[in-house]
Amino acid sequence: MTPLLEVRDAGKVFHTGGFLHKKHHVAVEHVSFAISADRPSITAIAGESGSGKTTLARLILGILRPSTGEIRYNGKPVGSMDRGEWRTFRREVQAIFQDPFEVYNPFYKVDHTLVLSVQKFGLAKSRREGRELIEQALRAVGLRPEETLGRYPHQLSGGQRQRVMVARALLLKPRIIVADEPVSMVDASLRATILESLLKLYTDLGISLVYITHDLTTAYQLSGNIITLYQGAVAEVGDVERVIKAPQHPYTQLLVASIPMPNPKLRRAKLEVAQDELIVGGVGCRFANRCPHVLAECRESAPPLYRTEPNRATACYLYKSAPAIHATEIATLLQ
Amino acid sequence: MTVEVLRVRDLRVRYDTPRGTVKAVEEVSFSLRQGEKLGLVGESGSGKSTIALALMRLIRPPGRIESGQVFLGDSNLLALSDEQMRLTRFARISLVPQGAMNSLNPVMRIRHQLGDTIRAHDADSPRQDVEARIAELMESVGLRKSVANMYPHELSGGMKQRVCIAMGICLRPQVIIADEPTSALDVVVQRQVMDTLDSVQAQLGAAVILVGHDMGLMAQFVDRIAVMYAGRLVEIGPVEQIFDESLHPYTRLLIATLPSLEVRSAFRGIPGIAASPLDPPNGCTFHPRCPWAIDRCSDEAPAYREVRPGRWAACHLAV
Repeated sequence: MTPLLEVRDAGKVFHTGGFLHKKHHVAVEHVSFAISADRPSITAIAGESGSGKTTLARLILGILRPSTGEIRYNGKPVGSMDRGEWRTFRREVQAIFQDPFEVYNPFYKVDHTLVLSVQKFGLAKSRREGRELIEQALRAVGLRPEETLGRYPHQLSGGQRQRVMVARALLLKPRIIVADEPVSMVDASLRATILESLLKLYTDLGISLVYITHDLTTAYQLSGNIITLYQGAVAEVGDVERVIKAPQHPYTQLLVASIPMPNPKLRRAKLEVAQDELIVGGVGCRFANRCPHVLAECRESAPPLYRTEPNRATACYLYKSAPAIHATEIATLLQ
Repeated sequence: MTVEVLRVRDLRVRYDTPRGTVKAVEEVSFSLRQGEKLGLVGESGSGKSTIALALMRLIRPPGRIESGQVFLGDSNLLALSDEQMRLTRFARISLVPQGAMNSLNPVMRIRHQLGDTIRAHDADSPRQDVEARIAELMESVGLRKSVANMYPHELSGGMKQRVCIAMGICLRPQVIIADEPTSALDVVVQRQVMDTLDSVQAQLGAAVILVGHDMGLMAQFVDRIAVMYAGRLVEIGPVEQIFDESLHPYTRLLIATLPSLEVRSAFRGIPGIAASPLDPPNGCTFHPRCPWAIDRCSDEAPAYREVRPGRWAACHLAV
């Protein structure tokens, strides 16, 4: 596989506090994966708040520089691209953010954000051609241009606003879209519509998606591969069908067990889990304090990834009979 | 015969805006049985949070309660004096507000905030009693006693939400209204908060109104579901029956949009845009989005009626 985008052993440490009270916060560590240039794919990155998933999104988009490791696009490290390469990167890798309210300037009509993209990247030769492109993009996400253009952001619903953002990303004919919790602030009834338009980008236009979410159900619905993160580190990675249907890492098991099943006949028993979220692991496995299967070695050093199945790996000592792999090998597991 | 603790009759709430009057809640009637868990579901703007605030009489201008009755036991809450209503809040009916993380005072320790609520209703309660009650409350929501000495910023979102539940139950009310108590929380924490709400509800024997838009959560937690659309109740009934066969098309579509772990890549959204409460369509407010709509739906608003025993719906086609 020729990787289009490659995250190689990336880590990000934030330094807070002043001269005397320096603190380090490891937001992401040893995360690797790749998106193939040959075949489009949908990769879900799932985790709770504080798992580092948004930091990872920002690393991929080049908004943040990694503290360790690197992000490569077309073989070039994102941090050291020349102007032309950076411009191509900015066009081919698009972002959709969580909050469809904050991304708009309330003083401009929604057209502005779309027209600006057309102008900045010189997508159209004339104003009319630009308008046509915009209308095409809006239709592709299921919006009627005549009902959308000429309106101010507050005149559209949250779902419509989010779809305009999908249309904006689409205008630039990207190869990858990084969607950071695109539906978490949208009503349940509209979520399906937005996810459907994202899925269409993949099936009809061959755009690869990185879908960042805390919601395992939509991750399962949308993606082919999944990476679950716990406090910045990869807990489990692999084929979504296997990971969700038969989770191996105790954290993924907890996540899957917490999904509210939309069936009143299948009520779940109360969760038996350590309630103390405030204790953060020091050395060793970060999940050790909450883990029902914790072993002595879990508190001594962090477990490596064990390749438990051809397309799957789990960072947990319970699977130590399987061969250990290095983080950079994650890409070889993903299909 | 089960006792009805709360009866809402023909509630109407209006917001006066420069562009006209918004009928946020229109002709809403329902009752809540003792110890029952009722889910109030709807999209944003459907009026579900407005109902929660109206029941607590916390609607602020430009909003106003136009008419209706809210009977809590024998007293009509809408007819009480302000002082009587103040004494009723928390003691008999309490609200766990939306975005509870922001409803705690950031510069007061948790114990003082809980103590204030208790003392506002019983100024003479001895210090030891209040302290003992706080310790008891912390335990019933699954927090360590020492959490009471902390400030809100020292707690995680789920812990703050559990503190808010503790506040909601500190005077042992008969009715607890929880407005989207888990909307900003992670799945695991969401489960824990719902488990907490479930167990305190069982301890108190109180009735709960759970406001939200997540049908999956409702399926797991409530006994009956009430569905709102554009300010009106469109369906109410026992949760299992509603999931088996809903009588209103909107409910049916809402359930169909739920992503499941069974089929992949099958997304079904509800087409169209939610009706504007400022200018609702004629006839049934849902007819422009309804795939089953007939001519009658655009002319005549369907009556909200008891279609089957214990199952109410507002749809011409419901049988």
